[in-house]
Amino acid sequence: MMIGGHEIRCVVLGASAGGVDAINFILGKFHRPLTVPLLITLHVAPHSIFIEEAFRGADSTIQIKEVADKEVLLPGKVYFAPADYHVLLERQGHVSLSSEEAVCFARPSIDVMFESAAFAFKQNVLGILLTGANEDGAKGLKTIQDFGGLTYVQDPREARSPFMPQSALALFTPTQVLVLESIGELLYGQGAT
Amino acid sequence: MVIDSDFDMELDLLLNAIFHKFRYDFRGYSRASLRRRSQAALINLDVLSLSALQARVLHEPGFFEELLQYLTVPVTEMFRDPAFFITLRENVVPYLSTYSSLKFWVAGCSTGEEAYSLAIFLLEEGLLERSLIYATDINPRSLKVAQEGIYPSSLIPKFTQNYQKAGGKSSFSSYYEEAYDAVSILPSLKKHLLFADHSLATDSVFSEVHFISCRNVMIYFEKELQERATQLFYESLVPGGFLGVGEKESLQFSPLMPKFERLHAPPCRIYSKKRRLNDKK
Repeated sequence: MMIGGHEIRCVVLGASAGGVDAINFILGKFHRPLTVPLLITLHVAPHSIFIEEAFRGADSTIQIKEVADKEVLLPGKVYFAPADYHVLLERQGHVSLSSEEAVCFARPSIDVMFESAAFAFKQNVLGILLTGANEDGAKGLKTIQDFGGLTYVQDPREARSPFMPQSALALFTPTQVLVLESIGELLYGQGAT
Repeated sequence: MVIDSDFDMELDLLLNAIFHKFRYDFRGYSRASLRRRSQAALINLDVLSLSALQARVLHEPGFFEELLQYLTVPVTEMFRDPAFFITLRENVVPYLSTYSSLKFWVAGCSTGEEAYSLAIFLLEEGLLERSLIYATDINPRSLKVAQEGIYPSSLIPKFTQNYQKAGGKSSFSSYYEEAYDAVSILPSLKKHLLFADHSLATDSVFSEVHFISCRNVMIYFEKELQERATQLFYESLVPGGFLGVGEKESLQFSPLMPKFERLHAPPCRIYSKKRRLNDKK
């Protein structure tokens, strides 16, 4: 998919406290599937079970699932990292799980996912960082930018927990700082092409 | 962190060098996670590039063993994923009890916690006396720690919690002796364990066993290596034998799945080897 002339092959999104509502707000803008995969790392407690019904897109045909080890990421699908495992993107377009140490006290870690996305897809990544109470994701989002990818940070003034977006902004200047409405519109608007 | 467009290429070269020099085969491992670990190696070993690492690996005796500590993932704990042991107790022990002598294999045992957990579990189920547990890994330093069976006291609270959640029948402290800041696993448990060097990437079947535990090891392999390991496990199991994998691992998409039967619906992670290929359920 193209965003402002920039080709995106994968969208990676991270969130923590306040993330369920924020993610659903964005998914609620998707009246049809994106033309790329969307991979989400949401901080959850170990052993927590992924509840598919907790998330839905405006288009109910959009498939939302927990990602499996070695699963190939397909356009239009929305994938969540499982509890207690990091998710890493591979260059071949699939995902590997890892149970290495927590990063920023988090497993799954947003930093780990973001960084792997940058290495796997270089500049063809859009990274999005939303509400959250710790700094996981800030460094990884910067890595996406360093590799030439696009980066959106949720406006801290709107975020339920502003700490996560603020940590990113303290580290670097992302492509855009946006409210959820705009993130949704940008993704949906561009995602259709 | 340096963004180096040659990183992936240099990693390929390094893995090839390691294979040709030491016969350790990391070429089939998942790359993204290997990349992270080799970046950590560069920082901690204070080396500027993977090529420089390769030079030291090839020319400096003892250096490879240092690097190996970064290439393998040492994360493990006693009674990890306690629900696994509950399934074992309910669904696997009844079958195992029918054998007068049992062999187990913990593949990728790291520093031994998984193997000792299995030993404690079998003791409480009255099966340890008739059992031999093979515990294998590719990291000699981890195997040495495993063999010694000495763990820092700081780990005990987590281990104890896991043990209790796994349905432990006694008290976890009855299985170790304390000394200074560490605990030492009882010799009576250790005598049923055999720690050895074995690689799922390069080695073959070494014994016929009744139960294999390989948990959170195959996620570090790419698909092809996962298939090789699964094939090895299949050939190592007695008909009706069991294979246990990690919480988010599965044989679901493996070409070998038709030869196995999952004990329960997902998220069950224990499979049994079908007794006959045309077994239906």
